[in-house]
Amino acid sequence: MYGRKVKLRFFFVSLILVTVALSVFLIIKSLEENVIFFKSPTEIKALSEINKKKIRIGGMVKKDSISIISKEINFVVTDFKNEINVVYSGVVPNLFSEEKGVVAEGYLKDKNFFLATKILAKHDENYMPPEVKAALEEK
Amino acid sequence: MLKYFEPGRIFSITSKAPKYVLFLFIIILSIGLTEALILSPEDYKQSHSVRIMYVHVPAAWISLGIFSSITLLSVVGYIFKIKNFFLISKSLAPSGLVFNIIALVTGAIWGKPTWGTWWAWDARITSMLILALFYVMYLVAWRIYEDNDKLFKITSIITILGIINVPIIKYSVDWWNTLHQPASINILSKSSIHTSMLFPLIIMTAAFALFSLLIFLMKYNTELIKIKNKGLDRL
Repeated sequence: MYGRKVKLRFFFVSLILVTVALSVFLIIKSLEENVIFFKSPTEIKALSEINKKKIRIGGMVKKDSISIISKEINFVVTDFKNEINVVYSGVVPNLFSEEKGVVAEGYLKDKNFFLATKILAKHDENYMPPEVKAALEEK
Repeated sequence: MLKYFEPGRIFSITSKAPKYVLFLFIIILSIGLTEALILSPEDYKQSHSVRIMYVHVPAAWISLGIFSSITLLSVVGYIFKIKNFFLISKSLAPSGLVFNIIALVTGAIWGKPTWGTWWAWDARITSMLILALFYVMYLVAWRIYEDNDKLFKITSIITILGIINVPIIKYSVDWWNTLHQPASINILSKSSIHTSMLFPLIIMTAAFALFSLLIFLMKYNTELIKIKNKGLDRL
């Protein structure tokens, strides 16, 4: 039905697509460590050694865990399996609060203690008006 | 076949269309902006910053949609040697790039008050930046080469390489830990965005789509006029 050239061009295009897609997949797979923006407390626990490089950890701020002592703010980041204590001094973003997502950048002291140099709030995918939120909480 | 339709006949339609599209665009945009900026409620968590989303999300959708269309048109055009598809692709690309940049800029403006940073090298944001670079590459290629055969080959290859990035953008938030939140709108399961906020989002998407159509028609007319002036009666 179609000419030989058309078939060849179709084959050519498909081949490029498959080859490049596969290469990109392998590259990203091998760089996974760097593609992820932050590590969860469970991943931190699984580390074999603690290195001095700057890393990011992320998870939920545990309920009732925020305490402010003079200029320092302490809180616990949890992924509901493992926890890690974070200490930070500086300004936190508006959305930073308990039971909300957080990403902290800084240095690991040990597997339970993290010294943050920067705090980012992570927003979740839920969007709703305040009245709806209040109604949901009543339930 | 599509290959043989005359530019003159297409032009008689596409040269009249822009004014109607512009009219419709202004109406839809006014409704969308009123909904998004005034009538829709504020968010329980991020309060008024949520309104940035009504520009950010449609812009990102449109830029992804246009890149996918360009790729499809270029590949089919390349395989079956349909010149017209390349002209359509060329005319679509500028608005795709503009919306891509709008998505990146509004994202930064939203990121500062909510996340606490303008920019983060997370997978979603970086892959979106790569898409913008592919758009630039595509448009620059059209300016560099003059020989049609070369142009069609090179632009097709750029789109094929770029399209691999599109599913990465879409699923980056599910595959890896990212700062960017996952998708709120799901076709198969329940969306995590309230209806009162979904409505302006859809209207704004329609408005942006109309804007792209408008720019496309204007660009495409220019291409047709260029062909006419060269004295060619066929595409």
